[in-house]
Amino acid sequence: MKRIVGVLGIALAIGLSGQADAQTLKTVRDRGALICGVSQGLPGFSNPDDKGTWTGLDVDFCRAIAAAIFNDPTKVKFTPLSSKDRFEPLKSSEVDLLSRNTTWTSSRDALFNFAGVIYFDGQGFMVRKALKVNSALELNGASICTQTGTTTELNLGDYFRSNNMKYEVIAFGSADETIKAYESGRCDAFTTDMSQLYSERLKLSNANDHVILPEVISKEPLGPLVRQGDDQWFDVVKWTLFAMLNAEELGVSSKTLDDALKSKQPEIRRMLGVDGTYGEQLGLTRDWVVRIVRHVGNYGEVFERNVGASSKLGISRGINRLWTKGGIQYAPPIR
Amino acid sequence: MSATFVREQLVAPMEQPRSNVGTPAWLQQKLFGSVLNTVVTIISAVIFAALVWPAIRFMLIDAVWDGSSRVDCLAETVGRPVGACWPFIAAKFAQFMYGFYPAEEVWRINLTYAIGIVLLAPLLIPPVPYKVLNAILFFGVFPVVAFYLLIGGVFGLPHVETRVWGGLLVTLVITFAGIIGALPIGIVLALGRRSSLLLVRWFCVIFIEFWRGVPLITVLFFATYMLPFFLPEAWKLDPLARVLIGVILFAGAYMAEVVRGGLQAIPRGQYEAARALGLGYWKMMAFVVLPQALKLVIPGMVNSFIALFKDTTLVLIVAIFDLLGQLRASFADPNWATPVTLLTGFAFAGMIYFAISFAISRYALYVERRLSTGVAH
Repeated sequence: MKRIVGVLGIALAIGLSGQADAQTLKTVRDRGALICGVSQGLPGFSNPDDKGTWTGLDVDFCRAIAAAIFNDPTKVKFTPLSSKDRFEPLKSSEVDLLSRNTTWTSSRDALFNFAGVIYFDGQGFMVRKALKVNSALELNGASICTQTGTTTELNLGDYFRSNNMKYEVIAFGSADETIKAYESGRCDAFTTDMSQLYSERLKLSNANDHVILPEVISKEPLGPLVRQGDDQWFDVVKWTLFAMLNAEELGVSSKTLDDALKSKQPEIRRMLGVDGTYGEQLGLTRDWVVRIVRHVGNYGEVFERNVGASSKLGISRGINRLWTKGGIQYAPPIR
Repeated sequence: MSATFVREQLVAPMEQPRSNVGTPAWLQQKLFGSVLNTVVTIISAVIFAALVWPAIRFMLIDAVWDGSSRVDCLAETVGRPVGACWPFIAAKFAQFMYGFYPAEEVWRINLTYAIGIVLLAPLLIPPVPYKVLNAILFFGVFPVVAFYLLIGGVFGLPHVETRVWGGLLVTLVITFAGIIGALPIGIVLALGRRSSLLLVRWFCVIFIEFWRGVPLITVLFFATYMLPFFLPEAWKLDPLARVLIGVILFAGAYMAEVVRGGLQAIPRGQYEAARALGLGYWKMMAFVVLPQALKLVIPGMVNSFIALFKDTTLVLIVAIFDLLGQLRASFADPNWATPVTLLTGFAFAGMIYFAISFAISRYALYVERRLSTGVAH
């Protein structure tokens, strides 16, 4: 019985996923709030603070979209989703977008639309110093703790196979269990995205006894994604990210915004809607970028606040710097 | 005559042998009565000490009581091994209790609890009169009042979406709704399964077997993410309501089997006697069979209720944060990321779950003893 229902459900899910609501922007406006799928708790990306307010890079991106649509970053409702069950709610229109540190891959893009890359991540390893391992290539025969239902597990297999090394995977349901298992000696190494290695290291009782190995074994471009079949909404989400990047590139931050509005630079005038109607073309308002930057900030501000040097995680910008500063973050121009 | 010896006063009773009275005797008899007893006692004591002492150390002696961020709970800062990080619990306490419920509206939850306790307490204490009225108030009126008080949108109370409900509030709401909903459904299904009407019996059998055959996690997942595909937009139910319906049907099926066990234990003579007195089916069930059957299955019912109480943690997979979900979310706060955060959080949640489960089971034991005075089955 269970199997029949399951098969039926999957068949229907596949059959119906194509005809998702094609007017998300209108739905969001009518509802008066954006519904955003976020992680159930990922330090620096989405986690509730002491007052119960969601904070983090992924969360701030949702707030930026709300700011662009409503001129009010608080008009977002967060639906915290686990890594296993993150796609069904997006498919069934329970959420308007997924901003949940999801790696952009071809198979996922075949089912959804990725709006860009908010954080270029990569998978790394953490080991005990006492193990005297200096490179991931020395991990032959190691047992490795990881989290189930993520691309991490697959990358691990690829890396060890292509280097002809043996390994043993011990997989857990949540990040907390994984790091505790590693700490208690269940496995020799702990693997996950680099950004998380830093935050998980905060939870170890002698953080200095553990090292993060230099190898980055995979590309993990993390980005927000939406349903297929709604180009307007796709554009809104995509250009919210581009607007945050462009604002940083042009030196417009929440602090310099008022001066920037008086700027003579044509690029800044176009971006802030002083000249032209670029926001209206996207289905938003003329001052959409002003709203985003005023309420949430540009990409650099959001990065620093949540995961960068001024946060507990202290992750350096690395390849997430703008292309003008040696990184690979690049946004098409607003014009 | 005077030579006859007749005792005029009773001999003063002698004291019990010393080896028979007081704590030492009890210890001697119960714990060290034989070689085997002694060995078992010593082993138990060692295990007990090995488990309890570290727990006390962790939770009290080594614990940190004051602080405002992770730094205060790090061994480097404190300068000694650190046990539980209680400031973490203090900082997140409101979230553990109420979820993301707006702080200025929290009084509504507290008021709901207060009404619940005021109605429940006299119901649980046997000598207090007006039990029927009290039961109607608690099982009939209270859920409605609680519903409007928590959701709002009437009498000038701002509307609070179930999306922001969380923590212990959600755990209790689901458990309470599950218990209140499951009991009547369970009784009806159990009666239906023993009915002589073929159609009714088959319906009940299929219903019970279906819900017992499917794991709760599947039910929740299906109700939350699959139903929206089938149902038209206008029928969209609130996510928490969908979960509640799933839990009630699921718990109802289990309850049905528990009640059926009780029905089967009632001797045939009881049914026949009720019939002979001229009682119809419903009267027979209501006045003769069910009161005896339900009394028999109190342990089974309580077992189901406690299991239900703890099963509520499964709602985390459908993006509803119960106590445990809220706990896990707060583990992700980098402001409190320390080696002991996880252990502290689970110790706290464990104490809450234990306190509630233990209270339910002790009360059930008390009721059971009271009801079975003078009755031997």
